[in-house]
Amino acid sequence: MNYDIVLCGVGGQGGISVSVVIAKAAMAEGLRVKQSEVHGMSQRGGEVLAHLRLSDKEPASPTIAKGCASLILSFEPLEALRYLPWLAAESGIVISATSPLKNMASYPDTAAVLAELEALPRKLLLDADAMAREAGNVKTANMVLVGAAAKHLPIKPESLIAAIREQFARKGEAIVDANLRAFEHGRTANP
Amino acid sequence: MGFETLMGDEAIALGAVHAGLGGAFAYPGTPSTEIMESLQDLAARQKAGTLEGVSLPFVAQWCANEKTAYESALGSCFAGKRSMVSMKHVGLNVAADPFINSALVKVNGGLVVVVADDPGMHSSQDEQDSRWLADFARVPCLEPADQQEAYDMTIEAFELSEKYELPVMLRITTRLAHSRSVVATRPPLAQGPIHKPAPGMDWILMPAVARRRWHELLGKQLELKRLSEGSARNTLKAGDKKLGIISSGLARQYYLENLDDLIAARGGAPMHLHLGFYPLPESLIRELYEACDELLIIEEGYPLVERLLRGIVAPGKKIMGKETGDIPYEGELSPDIVRKAIGLPERKGLASRALTPPGRPPQLCQGCPHADSYGALKEALKDYPLHAVTSDIGCYTLGALPPYNAIETTVDMGASIGMARGAAEVGLTPVVAVIGDSTFYHSGLSNLIDAVSHNTNITVLILDNDTTGMTGAQPTILPSSRLEPVLKGVGIAPEHIRVLRAHRNEHEQNVQAIKAELAYEGPSVIVLVRECIEALKKARKA
Ligand code: SF4
Repeated sequence: MNYDIVLCGVGGQGGISVSVVIAKAAMAEGLRVKQSEVHGMSQRGGEVLAHLRLSDKEPASPTIAKGCASLILSFEPLEALRYLPWLAAESGIVISATSPLKNMASYPDTAAVLAELEALPRKLLLDADAMAREAGNVKTANMVLVGAAAKHLPIKPESLIAAIREQFARKGEAIVDANLRAFEHGRTANP
Repeated sequence: MGFETLMGDEAIALGAVHAGLGGAFAYPGTPSTEIMESLQDLAARQKAGTLEGVSLPFVAQWCANEKTAYESALGSCFAGKRSMVSMKHVGLNVAADPFINSALVKVNGGLVVVVADDPGMHSSQDEQDSRWLADFARVPCLEPADQQEAYDMTIEAFELSEKYELPVMLRITTRLAHSRSVVATRPPLAQGPIHKPAPGMDWILMPAVARRRWHELLGKQLELKRLSEGSARNTLKAGDKKLGIISSGLARQYYLENLDDLIAARGGAPMHLHLGFYPLPESLIRELYEACDELLIIEEGYPLVERLLRGIVAPGKKIMGKETGDIPYEGELSPDIVRKAIGLPERKGLASRALTPPGRPPQLCQGCPHADSYGALKEALKDYPLHAVTSDIGCYTLGALPPYNAIETTVDMGASIGMARGAAEVGLTPVVAVIGDSTFYHSGLSNLIDAVSHNTNITVLILDNDTTGMTGAQPTILPSSRLEPVLKGVGIAPEHIRVLRAHRNEHEQNVQAIKAELAYEGPSVIVLVRECIEALKKARKA
């Protein structure tokens, strides 16, 4: 079993904690995990990208090969489009937040970006910010996305919940609860 | 024995501590920064008594630059402790003097030089390959392929360094530095005591001694080559002889990623030599070359193996690699590049139909003080149709991009002041050098001394955010409050040192101050102070 995930977004959207949560949950279930992140200059408001590889045997490459990702989990719609060449053409799914982050002049028309995503064979587009706000804390949009992806991941939801608890434990019970609520909110969007 | 999920950088840090590290020194630089960050974390845990099996404290310090870091490590090695210095590839240029000369001293406590190369230039101004410098200095180089090897090879590097009394380079690249996997750890070794080298001249590189030490270093090369032939890090696997594969370091992982498909396509695995230890194992290379019809060399960085190999084997057979264009010369490797090179069909994912996503260039953070500094500088320069702004390496390099378009050069650490000086000396004025506080201490200071000495007509803008912002907010080597006395101390006239707040509320005042210093014909320094937003966030989190 191999399950490759491309996590993408813009610096500061919480991509790294998503990577940690999924990796922890996968390891708790005995899967082998390799995670790759981008640091340095690219973090300054540029694209952020993490590759997360789950497998029953140690993945060789730290990065995912083109056409091999089972899931693109994106915090931003344009970024989801950018990494389509990595998605498995016959089976991969894109789960993306829909609110654009326009920090550059050349950002295309939002409707055109969303239309591209709508045209994909397997996709789930959600307003993760709004859902996070509904769940009580706008900063938890990243966990909404994890919830929305939960049924596709080769991991039990209980393991993800435990990993979320662990990840946010030192920030206090309120933050843990907010993230768990966001996760459940995401799950209801993709039951 | 335990298991930990570690980034390549963290695996090296933990490996060093488990090898009985006494002192580690570094200057931040992507992708090597997390080595020292992790060491400092481990040192704090050791002090708190929560680092199992490590009873003695060890030193883990940031330094002013890679050269000073290297020299500190060298001193710690002289004192008999296992010592490490870590840096990015271009940092080794700064530390090249101590690095190359340290190959001539008789290493006492093990000395490991960790260099993280950045092929693809994710966060660097070039993609030079440090293995060439190890070869140039005639010191052994270890190149791990994954996190486990990064941990294990760090420990081996210390042993090797002490056994052969040489510094040993550990070379990694970005993807290994910044990817995580599970590492099996070993029981920590105890830190050794202070013990000076045996009396003698082995650390005094005056010509007569240096000649002898150079002779001895050359004499060790044969032994190192023999060691390389037998090293468990250089492995020759039997297989199909039509195509022979040579991989080095991380390249092996990209090859293995495609191996199942390759076996399916060819009916068997090719004969494969993997290299993790340099100097090259010449007879293993000859054995592979003689057995196979043709060779493919997969290495990340410059084609070192490919070049050296041509001096090892007789010409005749087809050798494929970067020099022949079978693998791109530029950029980092990937599973896809290796897939193509071994003749497997490309795997295509999906693509957007009509829209090509435009790149998202990195930007200064919202509210970054540099933006306000550039705003003031640009306005002050409006009166001068001919002017120049040289700059340096840090977040403020992004001032080259719109909407700022404020700087004209970025070459190497500290170059802004030197280049401004040269341009001014030959008659281009006014010229402004823009440099960050951390970069100023790294290599700007000595250039400023030149400017004082020659009374050069330059204006230096030190963007003082009290941190090394780009690499994730490490502390600057001296606090902000010390900058002014340093400037006075090197001889900048006190009336031409201005300390201002980099904020748009102070825009008018700042413009006037810059204008006044542009008009002054001599060296002046304007320090624009405001804390980095990232550093503030980090401090708030802690
Ligand atoms: S990290 Fe600090 S110095 Fe760098 S862009 Fe952000 S605020 Fe500015």
